[in-house]
Amino acid sequence: MSMKRSAHFYLQLTFTITVCAFLLVPVVLSILAGVTENFFVGIKSGLTLRWVVEVWSLYSKTIFLSIGISLATLAVTLLIGIPAAYVLARKQNRYTRWVEELLVLPVAVPGLATALALILLYGQFSAFRISWTFILVGHVLFTLPFMVRSVLAVMSAIDLKTLEDAAASLGATFTQRFFHVILPNCRQGILAGALMVVTLSMGEFNITWMLHTPLTMTLPVGLADSYASMRLEIGSAYTIVFFIMIIPLLVAMQWMSEPARPTKAKHG
Amino acid sequence: MKPTRREALRHSLLVLPVFIVFSAFWLLPMARLLSVGASGEMGVSAYWAVVTDSRYLSSLISTVALSAGVTVVTIIIAGIAGMFLQRNRFIGRSFLIATLTFPLAFPGVVVGFMVILLVGRQGLVGSVTEWMFGEKLVLAYSMTGLFLGYLYFSIPRVILTIMAAAEKLDGALEEAARSLGASPWQVVRDVMIPGLRPALISSGAICFATSMGAFGTAFTLATKINVLPITIYSEFTNYANLPLAAALSIVLGVITWLALALARSMAGSTVAAAA
Repeated sequence: MSMKRSAHFYLQLTFTITVCAFLLVPVVLSILAGVTENFFVGIKSGLTLRWVVEVWSLYSKTIFLSIGISLATLAVTLLIGIPAAYVLARKQNRYTRWVEELLVLPVAVPGLATALALILLYGQFSAFRISWTFILVGHVLFTLPFMVRSVLAVMSAIDLKTLEDAAASLGATFTQRFFHVILPNCRQGILAGALMVVTLSMGEFNITWMLHTPLTMTLPVGLADSYASMRLEIGSAYTIVFFIMIIPLLVAMQWMSEPARPTKAKHG
Repeated sequence: MKPTRREALRHSLLVLPVFIVFSAFWLLPMARLLSVGASGEMGVSAYWAVVTDSRYLSSLISTVALSAGVTVVTIIIAGIAGMFLQRNRFIGRSFLIATLTFPLAFPGVVVGFMVILLVGRQGLVGSVTEWMFGEKLVLAYSMTGLFLGYLYFSIPRVILTIMAAAEKLDGALEEAARSLGASPWQVVRDVMIPGLRPALISSGAICFATSMGAFGTAFTLATKINVLPITIYSEFTNYANLPLAAALSIVLGVITWLALALARSMAGSTVAAAA
């Protein structure tokens, strides 16, 4: 790799750094504001953890609810998504393509429409309406296509039928084949789908805002509430909590996509 | 081994749960939404209100214009930065890529808050301009603020798609064009853009559809801005006008779905909307 860079290179580098700064600077500002005594005065007013503590006392319930809902969403999408992906992989015809198309609709259509539709049909069942499972339904609809696609991609890449036929010829029943041959062979896809589902569920707002009640506030709903009604420092401290929760998920996703390219050129 | 009835039955049983969940919680509610949309005083013509009533028409036009503008600007920015990051290796490159990946998981409300911190009342740009010119520049609570917010969540998605597509481009073609005397602009126009075309179309469509339906960002920045998701929300909560809210959200859903479907037929690859 040549060491000498052209003016063109530096021009594009400056542009790219500017774009990254646009994305990164507000993140840094929110972290600073969340630990500053008074953001309006600036850092010289002193650093503090009191805003984080206050967020915990005001909003800790939203954090636990979001974790609970995302894990429940994961459980449901695994339970219903993997069997569906298996059938879609085994039977590739007009009908299964239709099913694939349909499943993506809740993602293609704005969350507001899905939420409104759910409220109009099920809003009158008040026990369901005020329960966290109402939000769970929205999250399952929204994340299911990501699980199905992720598992389906791996299942389509391996020769599922040959694997199954081989196992069957050795006398394995369908249950044995499914749990001991099929599932282990697509764990990459299952893991990638699972990370995606949990991350999306943790951050979902458009559907959840319409479906939530004062007693079923999730983390993003709580964030919107704090941005609207609390001082900037509290909103920022709350945002820090959100960052801390999604960073491990993002790092895991990044790490998952790494093994695919071990032979890449090293950095110059 | 012959495919048996038993196998067919098994396959049906395995898709049954998804079928039940999807029918009960999406297809049926959507059918209800469709019928509620036609149940108001206006009847089925409520669906036309979006083009006949000037209030909703202006909301629709500003939403489409905003989303289209964001899409074009995002593709230009992401095209330049994405090609650069894909074609060059230097110290700090992976840090820049990580910076671009991080905001992918931000909900719309957090994006709105990022814009407030940048150009809001207590924002960085406001403080700097006040210090320099004695006057605060505040953009967050206007259409400009929305534009910046939509750029914020669109750029990472489009850059990563372009980088993935650029990885598969044949660099030798560009070399050949250059050695034949093509100017840098000609290389971009005649070699790179055609090569990236499917990625540009599909990521552009996702960007447009996401912007059309973006509720969280607009909600955080200002509930007075007249974009379609906010109009639907206020029809529903402030005026309890269910038929109109239903009709407008069906119209919005059809537009985003059409944009994605059109892009897929043009790009020839799978285009799925991202969150």
